[in-house]
Amino acid sequence: MHELTIAEQLQGLARKQFSSEELTLHYLARIERLDATYNSYITVEADAAVTAARAADQARASGTAGALAGIPIAHKDIFCTNGVKTSCASKMLDNFIAPYDATVVTRLANAGTVCLGKTNMDEFAMGSSNETSYYGAVLNPWSTDCVPGGSSGGSAAAIAAHLCAAATGTDTGGSIRQPAALCGITGLKPTYGRVSRYGMIAFASSLDQGGPMTRTAEDAALLLNAMAGFDQRDSTSLDSPVPDYTATLHDSLDGLRIGLPKEYFGAGLDPDIQRAVEAAIKELEKLGASVKEIQLPHTQLAVPCYYVIAPAEASANLSRFDGVRYGYRCENPKDLSDLYTRTRAEGFGEEVKRRILVGTYALSAGYYDAYYRKAQQVRRLIKQDFVDAFADVDVIAGPTTPNPAFKLGAISDPVTMYLEDIYTIAVNLAGLPAISIPAGFAAQKPVGLQLIGNYFAEAKLLNIGHRFQQATDWHRRTAPGIE
Amino acid sequence: MSIDTTDIEKAALLARIRLDPTAVPELTERLGNILKMVDQLQSVDTSNVTPMANPLDATQRLRADEVTETSQRERFQAIAPSTENGLYLVPRVIE
Repeated sequence: MHELTIAEQLQGLARKQFSSEELTLHYLARIERLDATYNSYITVEADAAVTAARAADQARASGTAGALAGIPIAHKDIFCTNGVKTSCASKMLDNFIAPYDATVVTRLANAGTVCLGKTNMDEFAMGSSNETSYYGAVLNPWSTDCVPGGSSGGSAAAIAAHLCAAATGTDTGGSIRQPAALCGITGLKPTYGRVSRYGMIAFASSLDQGGPMTRTAEDAALLLNAMAGFDQRDSTSLDSPVPDYTATLHDSLDGLRIGLPKEYFGAGLDPDIQRAVEAAIKELEKLGASVKEIQLPHTQLAVPCYYVIAPAEASANLSRFDGVRYGYRCENPKDLSDLYTRTRAEGFGEEVKRRILVGTYALSAGYYDAYYRKAQQVRRLIKQDFVDAFADVDVIAGPTTPNPAFKLGAISDPVTMYLEDIYTIAVNLAGLPAISIPAGFAAQKPVGLQLIGNYFAEAKLLNIGHRFQQATDWHRRTAPGIE
Repeated sequence: MSIDTTDIEKAALLARIRLDPTAVPELTERLGNILKMVDQLQSVDTSNVTPMANPLDATQRLRADEVTETSQRERFQAIAPSTENGLYLVPRVIE
């Protein structure tokens, strides 16, 4: 059952080949048996999952089932889940039982999904390897001495190891797409504002965006249908109609114009990844697309720009963790200052503290114009690169990552780690949608093809992804050693 | 722009994070490397570019100033480290 896609599981449920309770118990047994190896879950909610599965089976029997009734999924532990620990993989929130549901959690529950548990991640979503988690690193199912990517590394690894049918992720600089690429799954970062951020613990509010992580583009369309839409509780939520993302999956790619940014195929790109991505693009040409080289001249400034804006916003967002209202509090504070400074020193991990300090410095008196204002100006130039490109092409294609999954502990220098996100970060700065889909292998490790769309073009990206997956079977491959 | 230990200590004070003094030299070096990478931003002329705060240049949506939420103080305070009579307790500030 775990090898089926969500679309196939929905058929099986509708035809009564198995019940949601059976499907859910099957996944729970797999998690119990296998996740000690991967560490992809922080919390497993077995009892609640079985209860939800029974409810889904009843809803199906009585004809009141939602579109995803009975499908077992997992939520990244950044999404608040009412009555369930929501840790953001931080010691700071190790004791935090969320008192409400994130809008994404509510919407997916309303669609009938069953929540198996909460997935591991980089602490406060700050990382590209899932090594900054308070709960330990996640291992890549394709190669257990390698990282799964991050920050949504637990979600990606859980899907690759078939420990859930799909999972939610969040993407601030590549945190859905990069782990999707490294674990051989499909991950979609929607247009900024498409999916509500309410109840999604904030990292960098002008960049954060939740999205689906799945085996296939078709499954991503099914999930996005449930997740997307206006939410008055998110002040940056977009009030524009949500299409049925499954309706256009089969559209022909005839006449599709694909732009290939020369900056995404230059020095620093692993040659095996380059070969795999070029072969994938050839496949899209066979399906009717045409390609042309384009330029995104400010690409090299995306990582520097991001590492001002994201830490600056993080330093403000993470000021709420003060040991007073919820979360960790240090032992025996001697005064209020001691309470704040020791709680935050002990509760946050090293990478989180580094980013808070960088952001605080960049926003401090005398440096604001040189760093923050400058970065916001460069951010507009980066967005303009994409606006100019989309005058000539419908979609932009390239590698998701410069390298395949790297070994645990291999990258200790923060700046080197930051550069792993070189192809994904500009998309967040511009607020565009992008998808990573499996496109082959480099040294037996999965390669991701990234497709970047114009604003609100999620349906087009899913259409291209689906057509590609109809013609290839990379998304059907399972890591060796996975039962 | 280079960064020294005084800058780090000042940022830590502003961010309310206690620093382990023995960790300051390495932290200074790592933050210095990050800022050196960030300094690439200075290579581009942005004199006529409007800063961009929101990818869609959206402005803050406002709503009528009406009460829409109910008070859930007890529920929210149930997860606090220390409360009494509906108040959050912190170490005494004024003797």
